[in-house]
Amino acid sequence: MRGNNVMGIIFSNLHEELISELTELRTTGAVPYGGRYRLIDFPLSNMVNSGINKIGVLTKSNFQSLIDHLGTGKAWDLSRQRDGLFILPPFMDPSDYANRIKTFNSIMPFLKNSKEEYVAISDCDTVCNIDYQAVFSKHLENNADITLVYQRGTLPEKLHDPTVLSFDPKSKVIDVLVDPKIEGSCNYYMNMMLIKRELLIELVNKCIGKNTMNFKRDIIQAEYKNLNVYGYEFKGFAPVITSMKEYFDANMALMDSAVRADLFNGSRPIYTKVRDDMPTKYGLGSSVRNSLIGNGCSIEGDVENCILFKGVHIGKGTKVSNCVIMQDTVIGSGCELSYVIVDKDVQIRDDKTLAGQPSYPVYIRKLSVV
Amino acid sequence: MYPKQEVVAMLLAGGQGSRLGVLTQKLAKPAVPFGGKYRIIDFPLSNCVNSGIEAVGVLTQYQPLVLNEYIGSGQPWDLDSMNSGVRILSPYQQVKGADWYKGTANAIYHNINYIDRYNPDYVVILSGDHIYKMDYSKMVAAHKANNADCTIAVIDVPLAEASRFGIMNTNPDGSIYEFEEKPAHPKSTNASMGIYVFSWDKLRKYLIEDEDTEGSEHDFGKDVLPKMLDDGCRMFAYSFEGYWKDVGTIDSLWESNMDLLDPNVPLDLSDESWKIYSRNPVVPPQYIADGATVQNSLIADGCDISGSVDFSVLFSNVVVKPGAVVQDSIIMPGSVIEEGAVVQYAIVSENTVIGKNAVIGARPETIEDKDQWGIAVIGDNLSIGANAVVPPKAMISKDIEEVQ
Repeated sequence: MRGNNVMGIIFSNLHEELISELTELRTTGAVPYGGRYRLIDFPLSNMVNSGINKIGVLTKSNFQSLIDHLGTGKAWDLSRQRDGLFILPPFMDPSDYANRIKTFNSIMPFLKNSKEEYVAISDCDTVCNIDYQAVFSKHLENNADITLVYQRGTLPEKLHDPTVLSFDPKSKVIDVLVDPKIEGSCNYYMNMMLIKRELLIELVNKCIGKNTMNFKRDIIQAEYKNLNVYGYEFKGFAPVITSMKEYFDANMALMDSAVRADLFNGSRPIYTKVRDDMPTKYGLGSSVRNSLIGNGCSIEGDVENCILFKGVHIGKGTKVSNCVIMQDTVIGSGCELSYVIVDKDVQIRDDKTLAGQPSYPVYIRKLSVV
Repeated sequence: MYPKQEVVAMLLAGGQGSRLGVLTQKLAKPAVPFGGKYRIIDFPLSNCVNSGIEAVGVLTQYQPLVLNEYIGSGQPWDLDSMNSGVRILSPYQQVKGADWYKGTANAIYHNINYIDRYNPDYVVILSGDHIYKMDYSKMVAAHKANNADCTIAVIDVPLAEASRFGIMNTNPDGSIYEFEEKPAHPKSTNASMGIYVFSWDKLRKYLIEDEDTEGSEHDFGKDVLPKMLDDGCRMFAYSFEGYWKDVGTIDSLWESNMDLLDPNVPLDLSDESWKIYSRNPVVPPQYIADGATVQNSLIADGCDISGSVDFSVLFSNVVVKPGAVVQDSIIMPGSVIEEGAVVQYAIVSENTVIGKNAVIGARPETIEDKDQWGIAVIGDNLSIGANAVVPPKAMISKDIEEVQ
């Protein structure tokens, strides 16, 4: 069912510095993932699959590739007569989007003019397949003002301003710690929330008035005692991309069939821009094992434990193992690559050897020639 | 008022394709899956767009649901413009009564109104059962240069096969002086490809005349073209060079799919300058498991391969379980080949399950009596039980029980 009184807001630029190599030429939302996707495909598809019809995408800078990817929103069924996709870059000055509170403040007209009673808010750096409809049902059931989506586990390394939550038996938030020194398992906030639109406007206005600009400290931490704030535990696959290593591991995790079944849930598919490539061609003498491969590749060499995006060419006699190779990269013959992340449109000429380490994959920049 | 289109294409897509048996039981021939992700109609539709033709009428009649749904708004082919694009033209009821399309010419006759509103100079008639890449704009240019009334695309076929085709006998300037339909002793090897360019005013006149002719079958090849030739119209052959295959039979459909695996066959689907567009399913990338072997094959997104795949074309969401073998075969979307099953020289239609250790088809070299050998075909949404054996050349349209 479409149209459930919830609108969506997606932050596409946050925490870019953590994967600065990949975001040099693009936003976090436009970072390629999993053989054919961009990170923004996950929050967008999750919202669309949960019946959300109106989605604003906030983007601060470097957004050419993001806008090219999103287009009119057709691929997510968001090219619509009513509502649909709204791309919201800064009006004049990127500093308007310096933090979450300023960002919400600068899209006030968009928030005020919307009719939906609730807002679902998400970042782009967590890859998961979540049913917001279930979050929404819980939100209504709890008569909550805010529902925070969290995961239980050890804090991902380098997570920006990690927010750790404690609950009463009914999942009502009874304590909020921001950036605590903590070891072992905890409930950490996934930067996804559901909130009443009017309340969001009110809280943002309050912060602007007091010039307090930290969303987690000045809204979640400062207000949870005055409001009905609840948690919703997400139990599926949900890596946070906080470093190149995490990015690499989150890709490699797709080799597990249980992870694929969870993330690519057939009843809640992940949509992405379609390029209409031909099927992948496996040549005579090619050998492919434990790999996830997009359409439009041509493979003549040996591929093991790799993610190949669409249109990748692997030459004869080339051995590629434990690599993430992005779209339209051409690897010549007689090469050997292991633990390498190769960005888009790279050319690796014949007989080259490149090797990284499992803990430190090598990265090759977009459009490079090796 | 519609903006004028110099060329309008009419795609005859109403045929049943009875020679494809179970593959066309629920869909029209042009909707038959091809090449790992396409349907046959993607080829003429993409050729139209790539040739700059903006108005395409698709004439449907037999089992149109899948075809209608597939074409939809025409968006995948950029044929969803405001005043042009693709239109599905089905038979309709008129004041003087209702009728099916009685023949190829009759189908066009019933849609004179559709063509007239674009006020075209030329009409291209296409059929929906050929695999080829062709620039129709070059053919239209030749038609104009010859000041022709009708131009027929021809392809040079081996003399031994010429008697299976309609043969065009031409003068040195390319003008046609004689048609021979499937001649026993062909005078030339110029076979008609079923692609015609007409000057619209001429064709319009002949269609109306033909409609009133007693005993006419209202067919282009049998009625309209011979009449035009008799009347001394300017008719020319246009020689096409390149890959062209009629995929109207199981053997030719299988061969044409296999041609995609042969680097020496001039049909390159990766060529960005003449792309074949299609509708794309929303599925994750394909996964090739540890222990799988995949060689010389085309595999589409969403497949999950743990067995062995050789010289085969696999459409989206096909699952090949560990120990299963697929060789020289075509597996259409969503079908599952269970553990230990062996599929050779076969076409398996959509969403069918081939049970454990079942054996489908056989290699020709293992069969003594070559007349007994052929491509095995399994229909869609079937369940072939464990250990079942489907002999070569069989055509299966019902579930087969497990064999103990």
